[in-house]
Amino acid sequence: MGEIKLTDVKKSFGALAVLKDIDLHIKDGEFVVFVGPSGCGKSTLLRTIAGLEKVTGGEIEIDGKRVNDVTAADRGLAMVFQSYALYPHMSVRQNLAFGLENSNMPKAEITERINEAARMLEIEAYMDRRPGQLSGGQRQRVAIGRAIVRRPTAFLLDEPLSNLDAELRVSTRAELAALHGRLGSTMIYVTHDQVEAMTLAHRIVVMRAGKIEQVGTPLELYNEPANRFVAGFIGAPHMNFLKADVVEVSGEMASLSVAGGYRVQVRLGHAQLTPGQKVTVGVRPQHLVVSNDPLSPSVKVRLVEALGSETVIHGDIAGEKLLAVLPGQQRLNAGDEVRFDLTTPPLHVFDDNGIRLLTHAGQVV
Amino acid sequence: MGKVARFILRRKGGQGWHWTDIVTWFWLVGGLIIMFGPAIWLAFSSFKTPAALAEFPPSILPYVTSQATVEGYDKPLMLYDAKMPDGSTRVLAEVRRIGLVAQMVDPKAPGEIVKVNINDRSPVRTMSFATNNYTEPFVHFDFLRYLWNSVFVTVVATLITLVVNSMAAFALSKYEFKGRSLAMLVILATLMVPLSVIMVPLYSIISTLGLFNSLWGVILPTVATPTGVFILRQYMLTIPDELLDAARMDKASEWQIYWRIVLPLTAPALAVLAIFSVVWRWNDFLWPLIVLSRRELYTLQVGLSIYSGELNVQWHFILAMTVVTMIPVVLVFIFLQRFITTGIAGTGLK
Amino acid sequence: MTTPSLSSLIMAPVNAVMRIIDAPLRRLQKATGIGGMAAFFLAPNMLIFGIFVLLPLVINFVYSMTGGTAFFLSERDFIGGAQYSRLFECQNYLDPMSCQEDAFWTAVGNTFWFVLIQVTLMILTALITALILNRELAARSFWRAVFFFPVLLSPVVVGLIWKWILQRQGLLNFGLYQFGMEPYTWLTDRTWTFAATIGVSIWAHMGFYALIILAGLQAIPKDLYEAAEMDGTKPARVFWRITLPLLAPNLLVVVVLALIKSVQVFDEIYVLTGGGPGTSTLFLTQYIYETGFASALRNPGLAAAASILMGGVLVVLTLIQLGIGKRGENKGKR
Repeated sequence: MGEIKLTDVKKSFGALAVLKDIDLHIKDGEFVVFVGPSGCGKSTLLRTIAGLEKVTGGEIEIDGKRVNDVTAADRGLAMVFQSYALYPHMSVRQNLAFGLENSNMPKAEITERINEAARMLEIEAYMDRRPGQLSGGQRQRVAIGRAIVRRPTAFLLDEPLSNLDAELRVSTRAELAALHGRLGSTMIYVTHDQVEAMTLAHRIVVMRAGKIEQVGTPLELYNEPANRFVAGFIGAPHMNFLKADVVEVSGEMASLSVAGGYRVQVRLGHAQLTPGQKVTVGVRPQHLVVSNDPLSPSVKVRLVEALGSETVIHGDIAGEKLLAVLPGQQRLNAGDEVRFDLTTPPLHVFDDNGIRLLTHAGQVV
Repeated sequence: MGKVARFILRRKGGQGWHWTDIVTWFWLVGGLIIMFGPAIWLAFSSFKTPAALAEFPPSILPYVTSQATVEGYDKPLMLYDAKMPDGSTRVLAEVRRIGLVAQMVDPKAPGEIVKVNINDRSPVRTMSFATNNYTEPFVHFDFLRYLWNSVFVTVVATLITLVVNSMAAFALSKYEFKGRSLAMLVILATLMVPLSVIMVPLYSIISTLGLFNSLWGVILPTVATPTGVFILRQYMLTIPDELLDAARMDKASEWQIYWRIVLPLTAPALAVLAIFSVVWRWNDFLWPLIVLSRRELYTLQVGLSIYSGELNVQWHFILAMTVVTMIPVVLVFIFLQRFITTGIAGTGLK
Repeated sequence: MTTPSLSSLIMAPVNAVMRIIDAPLRRLQKATGIGGMAAFFLAPNMLIFGIFVLLPLVINFVYSMTGGTAFFLSERDFIGGAQYSRLFECQNYLDPMSCQEDAFWTAVGNTFWFVLIQVTLMILTALITALILNRELAARSFWRAVFFFPVLLSPVVVGLIWKWILQRQGLLNFGLYQFGMEPYTWLTDRTWTFAATIGVSIWAHMGFYALIILAGLQAIPKDLYEAAEMDGTKPARVFWRITLPLLAPNLLVVVVLALIKSVQVFDEIYVLTGGGPGTSTLFLTQYIYETGFASALRNPGLAAAASILMGGVLVVLTLIQLGIGKRGENKGKR
């Protein structure tokens, strides 16, 4: 079993509060990714779960048992470190065996577990080599192998792919997902890369400045970000934010003025808007569509990045910056004027504290 | 050969000898002679017999004057090449010398005395190594004992130094705790307290602990060297903390982390400290001189200095034992000198 | 696993011992936590420091205020500052021989001149050696080793080597004899013996300082010299305007280090001259040693008082050194 429950967890180094009132319930077998900018506390949170850092407040439970005072060794978890942290003076086999020997496991069982892990990860060929003689990807596998042989209640992975080159990262990501499918155990994964988070996670925990901003499935976060931070963090390139004023509220609909007076209609849902209120409208660059309507707001193109399969436009709209990702190859140059339709794409409306008030579904073309 | 010579004699600018090239070569060759010469001279001398040592002018290599037992004489006689009045040269044995005339006999015909002017004869000399300079002190004096004491002190002190200092360095590099900077300060402060400042009270402490006239009294005060802690701590700081975390996740105890992870990874620094420690402890003099007053406990250094300070110095033994005392250090110099010089250049510590 | 290697054979019993030690230590770790283990690792070192360095340091002050020949503190009488006043009691302060402890002042005077001359000459030769070793030499590490060799020799060996060379039938006289000069008994002449102590201690320690200066020289960026060459700077000017200023902090540390060591001069000189002839090469450490232990009228209190005075000088020198080190670090940061 691998159920982990955090209640009101706090951690501070001296006067500096690194984790503030973290509540989180991770279910058995779940793949949870902690994501956030560097310094947001995601690694510290992982280390407190591991037992490498002591919490200054709150409760950590594993499978219903409070483990605040249980040492890292006795929590039954395994960790894969960013630097892999393989023991440089031991062979791969010894690296895998070290933890098992420490828990006085019979030799035969150690051998069996190591062989099984080696087969699973296809590292049998270099079991007697030292970490220094392995490539980055091979070391990565050994680091995962060291965690697997322990048969832990949960795996903790601290940015395990960040030291790999781009190509290897993609393939290893897929293998990790497959591994999780095969083992079925709980995995907690820390990364600052939102693509990794989106592709791997059952649920993503977005963190900022020691707090959880939102917990949800990848698509929940993408489609209904709780606030401007999450909206900006999930999705690449990041969401455009435009200042807007609420002009009129009538029944189900509200009318907003964006981009220097351009009007858009949004469906209110449960949200409350009052005329005159200052809000921010968020729109994803991929959702922008070139419009021939002369009434659509005009954007001055400053830079065109032609990537072949798509074209990224950097522009100004009524003094604000706007990014657009257009499909295929576009005949646009810096200095051109182009109009974008703001009525069709999904729009997110945030209040001046950055909290999402509503999402207008729009019609994605 | 030409290539080698050209390489060695490579000069600044390539054309002609600049004055700095001359100074350089003068200094280097002079240095070679002055730095090695005295020790080599001593080593050669250590193979000479007492008689050869008393000679002036001295010879460089150990020669002895040949002797022969001649019928009719109790003692062996010295052999000389004597020039005869007819210009021929004969090997004769000297019976006695009266003024400028030596009375000599032919060893093959001992009956007849031949008178030779002492300027017409020169001793027959053969090269011979007086190896009993080396064996005698071991057999008849206590030098074997001293050698053993020195080895014991050096080995034990070095082992304890490595363990104690690496443990302290581990604590000071890998743990955050209250009083860590105080501990660092204390260790730093001890750099300022040389033996010569505290020898009187240290002696009383050693006596109180019952370590006077004990090799442990020589060993213990030397093992917690601040230099050792600094060298090891500096090195351990480069070991990533993640490695320790990984070991903790692997159910390793802190002791196991120290023993199985940190120590093996600190091996290069440990080697440097071990070499330093061996040289230090082998060479220690003043403190063993104070602590050890019984002959059978002397280390080589103390024994050598005591014997060489006696009124009737038996130089042939002293020289040989000096060479024996030099051997480990010379071995270190030949094989491990590089470790030491880089260690000193890196830390500025001796 | 292949056949066990030699090292694994040696390590097997050691590892077994370590495993036995581990069991109680695990329990200790459970009880005290990881922070407690830090104290455990630090303890042996601190214990030894405490007993053999800090405690003596404190006791030394007490010692210096007691009298008698007994070594155990409990058997000694408290006499206040009498030992210090004894050291400083002189009829004429310009003449050390008029002091009650004339030997102390002789040792102070000898040590002063020794330090002054020895450090000056040694740093000079070390600097020249380092400059030469820093040139483009074939087999530089060999030459570096040449000058380093005597540093490793034990003081006793150094003393005996030179005693053997300076004695009447020694190598030095042999050399002079080759030039038609008369043999001389160098170690019975006060001036020559004093000169010999300086020469021998330079011989024995110069290589160490040359090595540190060399490291300082090699830390000077090469491109500075290349820039100077591009500017057409004369070599002498390069030395005075680039090498020396950049080497200065390093050189200052070396000088203070040499001063600290030089003040404590003892071992090799003791073996070479025994302080003689007369008291011409009696230095402070030997005075302390003989007053405290060796002489028939030993006076540990007096020795302690003298050692505290010497310790004061060393502390001042060390603080200067640390100050220079700090300044050097700050410079590096800027």
